[in-house]
Amino acid sequence: MTRIPPLLGVLAALIALWYAAVVPMNVQETLTQAQRAGAVVTPTEATARRDTSNLVLVASNLDHLGESWSLDRPRLPAPHQVVAELYISTIGEELTGRRGLVQSGSLSNRGLVYHALVTLNATFLGFLIGTGLGTLLAIGIVHSRTMDMSVMPWAIVSQTIPIVALAPMIIVVLYSVGIQGLLPKAVISAYLSFFPVVVGMVKGLRSPDAMQMDQMKTWSATSRDTLLKLRLPASTPYLFASLKIAIAASLVGAIVGELPVQKGGLGARMLAGSYYGQTAQIWAALLMAAGLAAVLVWGIGAIERRTLAKMGMSA
Amino acid sequence: MQTPTPTAPQTADRPPVIQASHVDLTFHTNDGPVHALKDVSLDIPKGAFVSFIGPSGCGKTTFLRCMAALEHPTGGTLTVNGMTPDDARRARAYGYVFQAAGLYPWRTIGRNIALPLEIMGIPKAEQEKRIQRVLDLVELSGFEKKFPWQLSGGMQQRASIARALAFDADILLMDEPFGALDEIVRDRLNEELLRLWDKTQKTIAFVTHSIPEAVYLSTHIVVMSPRPGRITDVIESPLPRERPLDIRDTPEFIEIAHRVREGLRAGYEE
Repeated sequence: MTRIPPLLGVLAALIALWYAAVVPMNVQETLTQAQRAGAVVTPTEATARRDTSNLVLVASNLDHLGESWSLDRPRLPAPHQVVAELYISTIGEELTGRRGLVQSGSLSNRGLVYHALVTLNATFLGFLIGTGLGTLLAIGIVHSRTMDMSVMPWAIVSQTIPIVALAPMIIVVLYSVGIQGLLPKAVISAYLSFFPVVVGMVKGLRSPDAMQMDQMKTWSATSRDTLLKLRLPASTPYLFASLKIAIAASLVGAIVGELPVQKGGLGARMLAGSYYGQTAQIWAALLMAAGLAAVLVWGIGAIERRTLAKMGMSA
Repeated sequence: MQTPTPTAPQTADRPPVIQASHVDLTFHTNDGPVHALKDVSLDIPKGAFVSFIGPSGCGKTTFLRCMAALEHPTGGTLTVNGMTPDDARRARAYGYVFQAAGLYPWRTIGRNIALPLEIMGIPKAEQEKRIQRVLDLVELSGFEKKFPWQLSGGMQQRASIARALAFDADILLMDEPFGALDEIVRDRLNEELLRLWDKTQKTIAFVTHSIPEAVYLSTHIVVMSPRPGRITDVIESPLPRERPLDIRDTPEFIEIAHRVREGLRAGYEE
């Protein structure tokens, strides 16, 4: 609980910074509205204002910035506008919306909850595929020198390609063989999440020391026994460290995978928001994604603490 | 170099359990070859308690590892129970106790002892019986369900000895098993080890660098010296099998300890 005050302190500072940034970001629109309402702003012509820097405009129109934080279509919405949007598109939409949970009996496809669940689905599937693939590759790398030499460099190269560039290609290629919907998104998500698992598990599977390996040898243990009874249990702390990174990466992958498809999900929601100039909608989706990531990482952390305590390996 | 064939009265007519003749082991390192063992010849009779003592680098641990087939000699012959060390290992001829207890933190003491039994495919019911028996032997009955971190260092090492005993090998190879423990715990475990040796009639090869420990425990003390690792003296202990701790104050004990010390010093001065 001692972590709460510093956390709140940072949050307060961020919000203050955000409110401050809203003023220059929205100054053009704010002054246009003020002028329409009859105020005298400098310079008076909209074209002249467009050529003036935002900070200068702020400095020369200090009396007319009142609307900065309540514009209808702000370039940068103020935090309270984002929170309001978040409320409207989640609880508000489900309670009062025509397609909301209360009136239609199912989640509204205009609400964030529905889109978050779509994203979460792809995240989980991608996470499972990525973790499974990562673990298998790590086992192969630890047991075969050939795989160690051949797989690891390619795994590293795979992560240097920007996923945004790769995602549309994965979707197109999979579509051409008749795979669409959830799976392509999960594949992109797995593409990002397998890597931390490979790296962590290779280290974890190699963590037993020379004495422990010799001990297995004195019992004439097969490499399968050594894997199941020593290497895998010993790698558990490394696995969890990797899983925390992997689940966050999975979420990013799922969102990126939703950008080119536009069939629901937080990624689709963000892109739609940017098409229609609905910045508050983008930010609300962003906050939702950040919140999801926090909950997922925290969830894995909770499982980690319980598992490691049970295994006598808690730090 | 002598080729001693120590024969205690009670073991005179039996063939040696471990037979080494002219064993050489050279490691090839970046700094050139290292002669870890040179012309090591030794017979260990059945039921003997043989200690290997010497400064670091004298090859005492390396020789023990050769018996366990963890290292392979580059020359000479070495047999364990009349077999090559590799075959002997497959025949479960020995249990090996390392300096660290090496218990798995995620397994209880009982499950730790069961580990080699699981690997060897011994049925569950039989496993339980053996766990109880070896826990009794090392006086850890009742600790089966405890986790390693709930036990003291000395108790953990006892559990590790129990694990080495669990699959009923005739030979126990021990590599400084009490090296990391304090003097008082060490004394107690030495006493217990002697009692266990007497009760189970096993052959024990024991690496140490404590002179009192070597003299107190052993029927045969093998003194080794480094560069190259070799045997400089083999001392047959005249002490009786039954040894209370205060035997260490008797003139016989002090005399043997003196001879060991002389042997160690001679190895240094060469």
